[in-house]
Amino acid sequence: MKLRTMWRHIIESLRSIKRNGWMTFAAVSAVTVTLFIVGALFTIIFNVNNVSKQIEKDVKVRVEIDVKTSRNKENTLRKEISKISGVKKVSFSSKKNELDKITKTYNSNFKMFSGDANPLSDVFIVETTSPNKTIKVAKEIRQLDNVKTAQYGGEQAKRLFKFMSEVQLWGTICIVILIAIALFLISNVIRLTILSRKSEIEAMRLVGATSWYIRWPFLLEGAETGILGSIIPIIVINWGYSVVYQQTVNGLMNAGYSLFAPGMFLFQIDLLLIVLAIIIGSLGSLVSMRRFLKI
Amino acid sequence: MIELKNVVKEYPNGITALKGIDLTIEQGEFVYIVGASGSGKSTLIKTLYREEKITSGIIKVNEYDLVRMKDRQVPYLRRELGVVFQDYRLLPRLTAYENVAYAMEVIEKRPEEIKSRVIEVLEMVGLKDKIRRYPSELSGGEQQRVAIARAITNKPSVLIADEPTGNLDPDTSNEIMEIIERINQQNTTVIMATHNQSIVNNYVHRVITIKHGHLVSDQEKGAYRYEA
Repeated sequence: MKLRTMWRHIIESLRSIKRNGWMTFAAVSAVTVTLFIVGALFTIIFNVNNVSKQIEKDVKVRVEIDVKTSRNKENTLRKEISKISGVKKVSFSSKKNELDKITKTYNSNFKMFSGDANPLSDVFIVETTSPNKTIKVAKEIRQLDNVKTAQYGGEQAKRLFKFMSEVQLWGTICIVILIAIALFLISNVIRLTILSRKSEIEAMRLVGATSWYIRWPFLLEGAETGILGSIIPIIVINWGYSVVYQQTVNGLMNAGYSLFAPGMFLFQIDLLLIVLAIIIGSLGSLVSMRRFLKI
Repeated sequence: MIELKNVVKEYPNGITALKGIDLTIEQGEFVYIVGASGSGKSTLIKTLYREEKITSGIIKVNEYDLVRMKDRQVPYLRRELGVVFQDYRLLPRLTAYENVAYAMEVIEKRPEEIKSRVIEVLEMVGLKDKIRRYPSELSGGEQQRVAIARAITNKPSVLIADEPTGNLDPDTSNEIMEIIERINQQNTTVIMATHNQSIVNNYVHRVITIKHGHLVSDQEKGAYRYEA
């Protein structure tokens, strides 16, 4: 197709967007809501999957010691843990040390729990020789005396995965419903355009315009409606993710995990949203063209 | 050349509009198609630019076999035909110039070519002074001239006119006929469906009479017989 022709189609479709006023606004709004949910869901899913993978790779088992345990008994426990096969290294972190970590990462308000008010336990950080040993090691540690809990990354990852599969299921249901609404609204807008341009379509057909020449402006109008609907979600998600990232980066880093850095990750999410917007818009157009555009 | 062999057109509602039409029209001929309302002449006209597909038979326009051709070839067939209607069918928000130019723009002609050709055809139909007028600012006859200009701007080999003078008074009808005659003199085939007895009798050409879907007479230099 000639560039001049494409330009003509773009102008025509933009004119039509303006002409359809409130109907366009409704369709754009539907796309906006849909893409916002899609964008937020994808951002969460990608990051949770990423963190879960990091957790799964973790070779550490975190053993919280009963509060009343004496120093001697703690030492005995340490020796017993060291003897378990698959244990590479056992390091101690006092409850004061644990509180300091929290205070540093989150908020100095936690300082009020220092000294005797500290509700945390002393902790052994047990490193295993490989990630798949953590389950067995944690299990054996739980059998020992004076152990409050023994948690390993894999367990948390499993819980996260389970939670995320629920989120994914409900998110997908929401997205499917919203996409259907967006498609319905866009196809209605395009139907209006087709009806309002009936005489032009007739004239084009009679003088031998190809069917794609006639279809292009409608397809573009749908795609442009989609793109308009993607602007707000993109801005909000870019801003929101950057804020969340800034606020959590230190905490997660201390725990040894990380979210995707905003730059490239957000670029990919933005691209995904734009492509999705174009697909939804064009699909809405196609639905109407199939039903109402007789060429 | 246009060739129809045993053309039958049956609509989904069971009405048979054309019942075995045989007809050959040579390049450059002027042919009237006459007949009462509902006789099938409009259907016949529509089958020529493939607005309607025939149920059976053979129909050929120039090198196009309208029965076998694929839908995506139809635009190229229509570029060889110009079509004019009783109700003009101009685009109201475009000027006379733009209406004619539109026909060239949609088949992606070059802007320079469009400009010179549009002026040329509007001059030919006698509307050079009114190229910036909108259809609502033109009389019926002038609107029909714009419609004719639009139909011939892409230099079709066939001009199909379905009751082009149906909405016009006798004087204006004669003016339109003069224009169509001139187009025909340039070797453009003209196929014109009409009810207008005086036009058929004054501008004498071949007359094909359709009655109840049958071709009942085909006269070289014929006349419109009212009983048809």
